[in-house]
Amino acid sequence: MHTDFLMGNEAIALGALAAGVNVVAGYPGTPSTEVLETVAKRKQGNVYVEWSVNEKAAMEVAAGAAYAGARALVTCKQVGLNVASDPLMSLEYIGVKGGMVVLVADDPGPISSQTEQDTRTFARFSKLPLFDPSGVQEAYEMIQEAFELSEQLGTPVFMRPTTRVDHGYEAIEVAEPAEWKRNEPEGFVKDSSRWVIFPRLSVINHAKIEARNAQLADTFSDSPRNFVLPEQGSVVRKGIATHGISYTYVSDNLDEADRPRVLRVGTPFPFPERKAVEFLSGLDEVLCVEELDPVIERALISVCGKYGLTTKIRGKLTGDIQPSGENTVESVGKALASFLGNEPQVNGTAATPAPQLPVRPPVLCAGCPHRASFYAVKKAMGKRKTIYCGDIGCYTLGNAQPLDMVDTCLCMGAGINIAQGVFHVEPDTTCFAFVGDSTFFASGITGVVNAFYNQANLTVVVLDNSTTAMTGHQPHPGTGRTMMGEVVQKVSIEAVLRAIGLTTVETVDPLDHKLAVETVRRVADEPGVKAIIFKSPCVVLARPQAKSHVDAHECIGCQRCIRELGCPAIALKDGKAVIDETQCSGCTLCEQVCPVGAISGGERL
Amino acid sequence: MSDNIVLCGVGGQGTVLASKLLAAAAMDRGLPVKTAETIGMAQRGGSVFSHVRLGDGAASPLIGKGKADLIIAFEPAEAVRQLAYLRPGGTVVVSDRAIVPASALVGGPAYDVDAIMAYLREQVEHLVVVDAAAAERDLGSAKCLNVVLLGAAVRTGVLSLTTDDIAGAIRRLVPERFQDLNARALTYVQ
Repeated sequence: MHTDFLMGNEAIALGALAAGVNVVAGYPGTPSTEVLETVAKRKQGNVYVEWSVNEKAAMEVAAGAAYAGARALVTCKQVGLNVASDPLMSLEYIGVKGGMVVLVADDPGPISSQTEQDTRTFARFSKLPLFDPSGVQEAYEMIQEAFELSEQLGTPVFMRPTTRVDHGYEAIEVAEPAEWKRNEPEGFVKDSSRWVIFPRLSVINHAKIEARNAQLADTFSDSPRNFVLPEQGSVVRKGIATHGISYTYVSDNLDEADRPRVLRVGTPFPFPERKAVEFLSGLDEVLCVEELDPVIERALISVCGKYGLTTKIRGKLTGDIQPSGENTVESVGKALASFLGNEPQVNGTAATPAPQLPVRPPVLCAGCPHRASFYAVKKAMGKRKTIYCGDIGCYTLGNAQPLDMVDTCLCMGAGINIAQGVFHVEPDTTCFAFVGDSTFFASGITGVVNAFYNQANLTVVVLDNSTTAMTGHQPHPGTGRTMMGEVVQKVSIEAVLRAIGLTTVETVDPLDHKLAVETVRRVADEPGVKAIIFKSPCVVLARPQAKSHVDAHECIGCQRCIRELGCPAIALKDGKAVIDETQCSGCTLCEQVCPVGAISGGERL
Repeated sequence: MSDNIVLCGVGGQGTVLASKLLAAAAMDRGLPVKTAETIGMAQRGGSVFSHVRLGDGAASPLIGKGKADLIIAFEPAEAVRQLAYLRPGGTVVVSDRAIVPASALVGGPAYDVDAIMAYLREQVEHLVVVDAAAAERDLGSAKCLNVVLLGAAVRTGVLSLTTDDIAGAIRRLVPERFQDLNARALTYVQ
């Protein structure tokens, strides 16, 4: 063992390696991404790792590996679990042979997501056991226990950290690679009565699952992952029930020498009922401090009903804890003070209100080719009646002023068929669907097939920067690299579109502004489903060296470059445009927009 | 007891490396460390923060409002944005260089840096203002502002860490070709 300063996600990856994981598959998504990346970086021997095209593929790869006796890990964020839920819900009935852990990172807030869904609720829905860690060290230990439990019960098991655990750092004790478990998969053993799902098998297995979960709830009541801290000092007859990162907020707000009884739930499903009864004994009131859904709160209410207990259960359902959003040290402190009848602490120093602060919404990087793509479509369409359906990725940021080029955004790959739906209702609207290259592979292809076959009229704009940029530049089938380090044949987006049947598929450099605008005008007027692939590399990866600069004598101060593009490298100083060279990547878009040719020096990649 | 430090700035300014240097320096002294960072969409030019907690007694990686001993701000408006985290009598080290977002130029809230600096002077008892332009001129680079600010923070004496502790962390974590620059940056503010 040695001490390592690790991010929660790195600790989870090392925990999986220590548990002898053989196969890891996932799709990137904040806050889960670093788990798979760390496995790829730190693995030894023949561990197989892939970024799958989407979470459903990842789940199926892991299931197959686990059928063959391997220890398998799936990594995704909470919305990724939705994509993977089809295979997972059936896999619940079939089970696995090798240990299989489904790592789902939840994102309260949400900080980088569309939804605030709680995988603890999904665990109950899918009847699969779940581990919910409160910190980095515990996450490292829990994932190893999750593999053991999965293998012992022959079922997939959830591991569900939240953002503050995923991205928090702690110095923790980890095993040396020589101490890692070695798992030699037995291989797939044919048995159609076990591996082929039919209604008759499902009903038999459903009964087994219910019996197993009842038994597991009892086992979990003795697990050290569910523990009760006895009351200290004068606070009696009141209790706090909590979980995950909120447990640390509770700890930071309570006085060690004078505090109520605390229940920390580390395995919310199956709920450790016997432990809960022990906790509730002699308590008048309990405050459930939870993030996202009131999972423990509902479980305690049901325990009180089942055992005829009179303890009053408070939390989200009684308005004592905020129903949505991320908990904080302060929000928990306030709720505890109110529950315990203490004076709330006065926080912060500011007595007078602060002056107006600038807002800093995330923006497309200086030189980002997506800016040029959006601007080209905007210029080409002018005042025409249009709809711009966006999608998930860096390019969602095209919604910001002054571009304002994202009218809708729902979930991965949805933009294409949302544009189709709008078309069927208002055929006179010129419909565009913007989709990134990674998103195209993840779930855009079926959308194009649907729109094409069902006779829609829309333009698919693929924003191809040859990477999965938003989550930190993961490879995808269009890049020709795999997570195993192989250089492989790329899957051509253009060839895929042509194979579907599209006759108009044009590939253009969006930074050639004039050509880009002409192409959009021409393609948008063609009938049916057609596509433009705007191809230009992500500037963060390409790191171009040229810089544009403004000739202050030539600049007439019209601010067109600023008002039209919203590039973070361009500012206004003494009535003239100035370019911040530390940010500029010399993409030349502003040079092409300037009406008097006052900007020069850039170099298009 | 723990040292609670909030680092804040704009995505891309180097707050993450600064928090890593603080954590490494603390670990070398045998202090427990917990940190939390902004990762994800906000890194694209948004407001970012790191919380660093050194020493015993920290359960959460996040600092509560009114509990930070020190704020190291890479940008004036970001210092004001995080000011609620400062404990009464706490210290703020701030770079005086404003980073004006595009939003302030295309109709969003304006950025009046003089008003922001005046507010900091009025609100913060222990305020250290670092002249970013002078540091860039004297050191020949704008890329080591994070270490200039760390050096200034250590010089205030509010942390359990010394300049030597940070220097040791720099030697271990910073690439060879930037060693000399960062060593000079660390002792730039006297």
